[in-house]
Amino acid sequence: MNQLLYTLQIADNALIIGHRISEWCGHGPILEQDIAITNTSLDHLGQARSLYQHAADMFNALSAEQKNALFTSTALQNKINKGENIDEDDLAYLRDSWDFRNVLLTEQPNKDWAYTIVRSFFYDAFNFYFYTELQKSKDSVLAAIAEKSLKEVTYHLRWSSEWMIRLGDGTDESKERIQEAVDNRWAYTGEFFEATEADKAMLAEGIGVDLAGIKTKWMERVNAVLEEATLTLPANNWMHSGGKECRHSENLGFVLAEMQFMQRAYPDMEW
Amino acid sequence: MTVHSFQEHFDAKIDNEVMIEPRDWMPDDYRKTLIRQISQHAHSEIVGMLPEGNWITRAPSLRRKAVLLAKVQDEGGHGLYLYSAAETLGITRDEMYDQLHTGKAKYSSIFNYPTLTWADIGAIGWLVDGAAIMNQVPLCRTSYGPYARAMVRVCKEESFHQRQGFEIMMTLANGTDVQKKMAQDALNRWWWPSIMMFGPNDADSPHTAQSMRWRIKRFTNDELRQKFIDVTVEQARLIGLTVPDPDLKWNEERGHYDFGPINWDEFWNVVKGNGPCNKERLDARKKAWEDGAWVRDAALAHSEKRKARKENKEVKEVKAA
Repeated sequence: MNQLLYTLQIADNALIIGHRISEWCGHGPILEQDIAITNTSLDHLGQARSLYQHAADMFNALSAEQKNALFTSTALQNKINKGENIDEDDLAYLRDSWDFRNVLLTEQPNKDWAYTIVRSFFYDAFNFYFYTELQKSKDSVLAAIAEKSLKEVTYHLRWSSEWMIRLGDGTDESKERIQEAVDNRWAYTGEFFEATEADKAMLAEGIGVDLAGIKTKWMERVNAVLEEATLTLPANNWMHSGGKECRHSENLGFVLAEMQFMQRAYPDMEW
Repeated sequence: MTVHSFQEHFDAKIDNEVMIEPRDWMPDDYRKTLIRQISQHAHSEIVGMLPEGNWITRAPSLRRKAVLLAKVQDEGGHGLYLYSAAETLGITRDEMYDQLHTGKAKYSSIFNYPTLTWADIGAIGWLVDGAAIMNQVPLCRTSYGPYARAMVRVCKEESFHQRQGFEIMMTLANGTDVQKKMAQDALNRWWWPSIMMFGPNDADSPHTAQSMRWRIKRFTNDELRQKFIDVTVEQARLIGLTVPDPDLKWNEERGHYDFGPINWDEFWNVVKGNGPCNKERLDARKKAWEDGAWVRDAALAHSEKRKARKENKEVKEVKAA
């Protein structure tokens, strides 16, 4: 069960940040960057799909009782009660927000290019070290997904780091905007390193990543990029939390309302 | 060479199917026609991202979402190749954007229609990209080299888009009653605007004769429209949808489908700016451009700072040596 929840934590991050980033498609500040950010969104979505497929396999192997206890939405309950197997789409489209395990950072709105870059940068840096370690997972499916994703994430981190530096060391206006975004999004980064029950159990079994171990590396990388970007971290170190425990910000409900609309309005159809 | 002999040399190249390249002499009107056509085409790709992008966040499955994202991203890439091709004629991308934003340059009117249901994403791929392919395949042999080469890349991707659109429609047409209704409704709304994509009838198309002479165009609007109708009517029949034209009838003698009158008043009205989404589409493009100004300024300022630092360092190194 913890292995399933652990996989969902990773998958939900990828789905929700990919969704947010996809909102830029067609509206980017520079055509080349519109294409680049859309590509990033596709990578996140691809990762989410592989992870959901893995999660669905684990879910389908559970007992009826375990299945019924896990997710709350009526749509998913109906499927389970009919004895049907679930798939990647059911996990993305039929769970309600109180069953999503993504960190709060990923669901925060795009706002502008600066906020989008800061969100991506914090997340990409986390992902880079996370997937590096996950390659060693005893769950061979997770290890394989990590290996494939790491190539993409390495590029994501380079891209968002370059933009941090460009905006920080660009014009007065860009510096002001990106510093404001850093100040406001910083409080969403503590959650990366909070270990849930699933995190702890998976670490103990050699499946999951040691979050405390990657925290130092993440911090070093963030500091190095901020220094080159001539930016600083805010003095206030209070951190939001809850996403990984399924307590979300108001944003996620709207993301899901939009994303899940078709599957909810026209259930049980092939698209 | 005199202007006269330049002209003869150019004409001989056209007649012998030798491509015109950026550094070659070309008549001013040839250059102007190409700039107008290529930039209009580039703008169509960029504006065309909007109606489809409209459904990225609501796509009904993860696979469909991924395919749609990739498709809209391709359209951005097409815009990029085409802007680059137009730039070889002596106009900058910023100038072209300015012409789009001020309404001086046009884009394909089809993108001024709204995407109201998921089936519209299927209809756009099937009909709009299908019509675009009919228009664009001959452009792979157009007389201006950079345009022809850009079109080869564009056409490869467009045929994939058309197939994915048809596949969406086929899935809906084979689905539940409500899905069939969705597919038919989309076909009803997109059919006539797609037919209009080929432009006015040949008799009313002021640029056609000259463009054919210059081998920028290879077929007339009416020839391409007929070809599209002949192919698409069969495809609609294959998946059990009805083309919304009561006059549609196979004409044995012509070997083509006869079709009903096109509402050219609607066409010209939308071209003039009075379509359902003209204002929204242009406003969205202008907003992206204006909101992005500070980002572009920052990128430029940063690259200049880098350059200055590098030069400074080199000067110091030379002095130290």
